[in-house]
Amino acid sequence: MAIMSFIFVFFFFSSLQPILSLYEDQVGLMDWHQQYIGKVKQAVFHTHKTGRKRVVASTEQNIIATLDLRRGEIFWRHVLGPNDVVDGIDIALGKYVITLSSGGSILRAWNLPDGQMVWESSLHGPKHSKPLLLTRNLIIEKDNVLIVFSNGRLNAVSCIDGEVLWKKDFEEESLEVQQVIQPPGSGFIYVLGFAASSQFEMYKINAKNGELLKHESTAFSGRFTGEVSLVSSETVVALDSTGSILLTISFHNGKISSQQTPVSNLLEDSPGLAVIIHPSVTGIFAIKTDAATIFIRVIGEGKLEVVEKTNHETVVSDALSISEGQQAFALVQHAGSSIHLTVKPAHDWDSNLLKESIKMDQQRGFVHKVFINNYIRTDRSHGFRALIVMEDHSLLLLQQGAIVWSREDGLASIIDVTTSELPVEKAGVSVAKVELNLFEWLKGHVLKLKGTLMLATPEDIAAIQHMRLKSSEKSKMTRDHNGFRKLLIALTRAGKLFGLHTGDGRIVWSHLLQSLHKSESCRQPIVLNLYQWQVPHHHALDENPSVLVVGRCGPSSDALGVLSLVDSYTGKEFSSLSLVHSVAQVIPLPYTDSTEQRLHLLIDADKHAHLYPKTPEAIDSFQSEFSNVYWYSVDDDNGIIKGYALKTKCSSNVADEFCFDSRELWSIVLPSESEKIITTATRKLNEAVHTQAKLIADQDVMYKYISSNLLFVATVAPKASGEIGSVTPEESWLVVYLIDTVTGRVLHRMTHHGSQGPVQAVLSENWVVYHYFNLRAHRYEMSVIEIYDQSRADNKDVWKLVVGNHNLTSPVSSYSRAEVITKSQSYFFTHSLKAIAVTLTVKGITSKQLLIGTIGDQVLALDKRFLDPRRSVNPTQAEREEGIIPLTDSLPIIPQSYITHSLRVEGLQSIITVAAKLESTTLVFAHGLDLFFTHYAPSRTYDSLTEDFSYALLLITIVVLVAAIFVTWILSQRKELQDRWR
Amino acid sequence: MEKGKGVMGAGRRWAVDFSDNSTAPSSRDIPDPPGFTRASVDQDDSAVSRQKKDAEANWKSQKAWEVAQAPFKNLLMMGFMMWMAGSTVHLFSIGITFSALWQPISALQGVGKVFEPYKDNKVDLLGPKLLFIALNLGGLALGVWKLNTLGLLPTHASDWVSSLSPAQEVEYSGGGIPL
Repeated sequence: MAIMSFIFVFFFFSSLQPILSLYEDQVGLMDWHQQYIGKVKQAVFHTHKTGRKRVVASTEQNIIATLDLRRGEIFWRHVLGPNDVVDGIDIALGKYVITLSSGGSILRAWNLPDGQMVWESSLHGPKHSKPLLLTRNLIIEKDNVLIVFSNGRLNAVSCIDGEVLWKKDFEEESLEVQQVIQPPGSGFIYVLGFAASSQFEMYKINAKNGELLKHESTAFSGRFTGEVSLVSSETVVALDSTGSILLTISFHNGKISSQQTPVSNLLEDSPGLAVIIHPSVTGIFAIKTDAATIFIRVIGEGKLEVVEKTNHETVVSDALSISEGQQAFALVQHAGSSIHLTVKPAHDWDSNLLKESIKMDQQRGFVHKVFINNYIRTDRSHGFRALIVMEDHSLLLLQQGAIVWSREDGLASIIDVTTSELPVEKAGVSVAKVELNLFEWLKGHVLKLKGTLMLATPEDIAAIQHMRLKSSEKSKMTRDHNGFRKLLIALTRAGKLFGLHTGDGRIVWSHLLQSLHKSESCRQPIVLNLYQWQVPHHHALDENPSVLVVGRCGPSSDALGVLSLVDSYTGKEFSSLSLVHSVAQVIPLPYTDSTEQRLHLLIDADKHAHLYPKTPEAIDSFQSEFSNVYWYSVDDDNGIIKGYALKTKCSSNVADEFCFDSRELWSIVLPSESEKIITTATRKLNEAVHTQAKLIADQDVMYKYISSNLLFVATVAPKASGEIGSVTPEESWLVVYLIDTVTGRVLHRMTHHGSQGPVQAVLSENWVVYHYFNLRAHRYEMSVIEIYDQSRADNKDVWKLVVGNHNLTSPVSSYSRAEVITKSQSYFFTHSLKAIAVTLTVKGITSKQLLIGTIGDQVLALDKRFLDPRRSVNPTQAEREEGIIPLTDSLPIIPQSYITHSLRVEGLQSIITVAAKLESTTLVFAHGLDLFFTHYAPSRTYDSLTEDFSYALLLITIVVLVAAIFVTWILSQRKELQDRWR
Repeated sequence: MEKGKGVMGAGRRWAVDFSDNSTAPSSRDIPDPPGFTRASVDQDDSAVSRQKKDAEANWKSQKAWEVAQAPFKNLLMMGFMMWMAGSTVHLFSIGITFSALWQPISALQGVGKVFEPYKDNKVDLLGPKLLFIALNLGGLALGVWKLNTLGLLPTHASDWVSSLSPAQEVEYSGGGIPL
């Protein structure tokens, strides 16, 4: 009966068309949204007296943003495409932000106050070259002009409308232009560069019309490294390719004179290979060696003098002209837990305009960049503010010795995310920052009641809304009953680990991983991935959960690996390992030891498997499952998928009992001339599946083929692996495979002719949904494949099932070769996709919805029922009862089902779903440049009261009813008595 | 059923007036007075009273048959109601089905009571009782059939496997594109 009632309820719910949209006042209750800009590459201040003070920044994530200088908030922000790299920004005319992007071929002007694009012009030229943007107050015939050198062409562009006033080509093949200089007040432009790496070239151009005035060149015996530093308006310094000779080149009045100074002359100890860092400060340049940064002053005719040599990490800002003819620049140096900010005038090294020491969080690492800006204090002296970019990509504004604001822009480049539970609430330990007292609680409920009874004034409504949004319940630091409060642990590209609270998105802790920091043993650390190492629940509750961060020293795949174990509650790194082998793959195994540490298998480049943690207990529990552990690797370059089993202990290593050799079991070689692997997808390890049976119309049953060893592979024709539309439909195809990774058996193969990638796929339970482009129909398509186990289908005898005489729950082996059938169907879909995920609930009972990251950076929920291969144009009555939707050629996009509602997750990269403890609810976290988090209930919250349920109203109703019962009882008693007396 | 009860009630009132109390089971508990033998009383009965008794027994068996046939009408009505209720699961059809199941069951429980007024040495109640039981069982069967058509009986394999958790896998395989 319970089964029947469940089915009844299920039908009841599935027959409802769920309304999943939010009401306006529900925005922000369950969701939060954070905006970031990424690591700042270049920043320009705009601090005129009128209007709000702001800073314009371009970042490595190709964003142009203006930030409020007071608080660091974003005024406006534009995300240029991934191929539209910003080369330079500047402010022109005090009202336009000029950006040069795409290797110098696109010049745009944006309106500074609101970020609207004013004009755009594309600058093309004869050849590719380093793009240079120059904005000085150059005026040609009352027109402010930008000088842009890009693609081998010098352009003068009008600031007003982006019109190219004149252009001059530099077609010489080997010419590499390094600098474009316009001496202030002069009417000409110098274009400096190297030809054939050994010849210095100087062109003098008339700024009015682009006419070549003079061309000089001088040869140099060595070769140039490329970088030049401009030390005055007519002198540059360059370094030769060996890094040992400094060249001072001056081109006064068009005459080139050069002077060579060996670096060793300036420094007693030979510093090794040096690099010029150009602060572009008059008279001073800096070279950087491995050990030190050396500041060198140019005095007179090519004479060089070392002014300072610092062994610390030092960062120099560009020059800032503070008054007529006076320039200043900033130096930032580290000293222990604080940083020293020094602002010096360009002409006098020994004096300081400003010297401040600021306490800096160690977890931010070194300073990477500094930008300065000045302001006039009330006593007419100069004050300076500095914008610094730290190693963890965070952005800070320093002013008057303090940090005015900071932005955690490292969160714009999240590599991987996992979640962790919060600590259990212990009796007597208050963990909430603001515990509500009874009075406040009562007041809140009275307000809510007023709202329910429509008695609330507008102020009350505002107060209720504020109370709902700022509920301390959701941001407590303890586990809650519904499993909504968790820690999101995010690993960023900078190697910093963040713990974010799911309630309000605040950063609970953040740590720069020390083991993945640049060091002697690890020159070029790269963080790779994040895994759950220890998830204590049953018998190890006193242990803190922890995560595993995997990194490697160097970009190549055979570089040595680094493991770091981080406590999820505190973010402290409690253990780190420098491995003696490389890390090609990390395989979390479904086994844990007695302290709930998950066993992990690390595969190195030589295909040895290493077991972690390296404890005797781990090896004991692993030995018992040894013969059942397999692994596979997908070589997408060569189109080979190989499966391995573990063999004996490593033969090469000396007595390492945690190392195992691999034995190749099977391989699938795809023909390289016709197929290229572009996407793979597997099931999530932690996905719960409620049932293996799928009930279909007329009480029939199909058995799902549920295997965690299922791999989805999509291949396209090699020709068609480029952009959409680069091939004709005839020479383009998409082939999808479903492969069992234990035996290498191809369970299903299907070809979509005339289709092309990119393919986005998600595999869950027994189905896979993938998205691709159909060239014939000129539309995007989504397909679904469902896979069923036919060999179980004859389990139809009710009596056998009643008495439990069946083998449906006995363990299955991939070697038993289940007979499978697949069903598939395709539909048109309007959007192109950035990411796709599926909702995940704790027991897998709730119906699934697909979460689609659209090209518009929003997350759209699409019911899986729309992607059911059993849909037909005219479903029978029984099928309709089952919930099958009549077939349509395209999938509907219901505007209310955007779970990001009005927000956008700029640069959306991936969508992560985590099950809450409440079966109906999934936690959804979408990240890209922005972060977005919300709760989502695919079949509505059928297992809990809604958040706006008024407990007070219920309570009052009960009290009133009880009182009414008493009163009427007394009255009736009295009346009865009177009646009897009568 | 209401009609049946009416018939039965009337019969009882009549029975009080005309029947011989000595045959009533309740009087059997009291021992006969000394010197009184039941057989002699029977023998002493006049032909008139015998005739009377015969008529009464006839009447009783006739009534008993009537009572026994009463569920048939009920059955027809129930069938009509079920047909009206349709085959989809909703409040009305569920109510009808459950009342269709409950009525025969409660009637079967009270078989003895229903036929109590017609109990007579000379009346054979087995036939009517069997008919009554058979008709009620028919009603029950109709109810069960309706339950089945509504899909509320676990008669299909799907009802037993719908929450069967997936089988455990022996092998485990992991991996993917190298990092």
